[in-house]
Amino acid sequence: MKFLCVECDQQMAFGERKLPGDGTLAATFKCPKCGRIVAMLTNPMETQLVSSLGVEIGGRTVPSQPLETVRKMVATGREDAFGEGGEPRGHAAGPTWSVDAQERLTRVPSFVRGMVKRIYADYAKERGIAEITPAIMDTARAELGLEGM
Amino acid sequence: MRTYHQLTDPDRSGLLDQIGAQRKRVAERLAGVRRIVAVMSGKGGVGKSYVTANLARALARGGSATGVLDADLNGPTIPGLLGVSGARLTANGAQVEPSTGTDGVRCMSMGLLIEDGAPLAFKGPSAESFVWRGAMEAAALREFLGDIAWGDLDTLLLDLPPGMQRYIELCDILGKAPAVLTVTIPTPESRDAVRRAMRAAVDHGSDLLGIVENMVGGELKGSAGDDLAAEFGIPVVARIPWHPTPDTWDQLAARIFGARRTADGAR
Repeated sequence: MKFLCVECDQQMAFGERKLPGDGTLAATFKCPKCGRIVAMLTNPMETQLVSSLGVEIGGRTVPSQPLETVRKMVATGREDAFGEGGEPRGHAAGPTWSVDAQERLTRVPSFVRGMVKRIYADYAKERGIAEITPAIMDTARAELGLEGM
Repeated sequence: MRTYHQLTDPDRSGLLDQIGAQRKRVAERLAGVRRIVAVMSGKGGVGKSYVTANLARALARGGSATGVLDADLNGPTIPGLLGVSGARLTANGAQVEPSTGTDGVRCMSMGLLIEDGAPLAFKGPSAESFVWRGAMEAAALREFLGDIAWGDLDTLLLDLPPGMQRYIELCDILGKAPAVLTVTIPTPESRDAVRRAMRAAVDHGSDLLGIVENMVGGELKGSAGDDLAAEFGIPVVARIPWHPTPDTWDQLAARIFGARRTADGAR
């Protein structure tokens, strides 16, 4: 997928990707010459079609995990499909939090801290991430559209 | 206005690179598999899974390292046939260990991942799900091939569902057409459905290993096995009665794949 700024006849550069959480996807592209930014907005069906390929627009920010699509997308999956000693990283007990990530979490207002923590934990769990670090929080925030959290 | 191929900067979506990485992963994961055989029919209810599971067990009893990939994602029956229903899978870094069933057959099935009795349902928009559901199932098949630690296998049997869609996806994912073992029952209705599947397999370049005629000797009348064998110039490698014995399967394994491995590993 490429975007062309017709006026400048320049290929636009990929900017960022956002997943608002409603099944849609937003990706921005910027013209390196005139600076114009356009956003590609996909509906849930289009987003799902891309997801079904097991790929992420803009490239991956974390390595893929085994059976990632199946574990992430099957709605009728067994809770205990993976056994002891064989848990995908962070699957059962949930991901751990690095010291820096815990410190950063304390800066979130207490009345929403639990919800924010759960969002990050679900994000990490779905991707098989064992430890939540500030970098993972930044990635999750960008992907999930959680600015300010 | 310039078109896609006239833009020379890299495709920053990263999609092609990721697809390429997926193909490479499948190829690397299957590098230790000596032969891949798709068990197919084109018709439902002829006993593909039953034949697959028992052939796999016979091969394993004969000393061959054997695996079964249950590619019937919507009607998985291999876990029950190989005695691993409810078994838990073991993730090991970037791969998942297959479950080990009866006679040491390694297997992977959607039946190990979904709740008992539940249909295979995907998260996503329900409206017009037919648009993306096929792609999601193909992704699952790709992950079963590329993320499972199949290891060194003499034979990996792929139990395909009725119809040709999964076979075509398989050809795409593997990058080549697998060898095919065809299962039919004696009836003319089965013959006609299986013929279409065999023609499609030939068109895609698959080697046809032979025909297994299942459910022979009972109420089902016809000569589908012989008819198809004559038409495609391949043998009927087994006629499976209603109550087969282990010898039935051992003979089928020997007929298709030759002599058993000897004690010192030679063939």
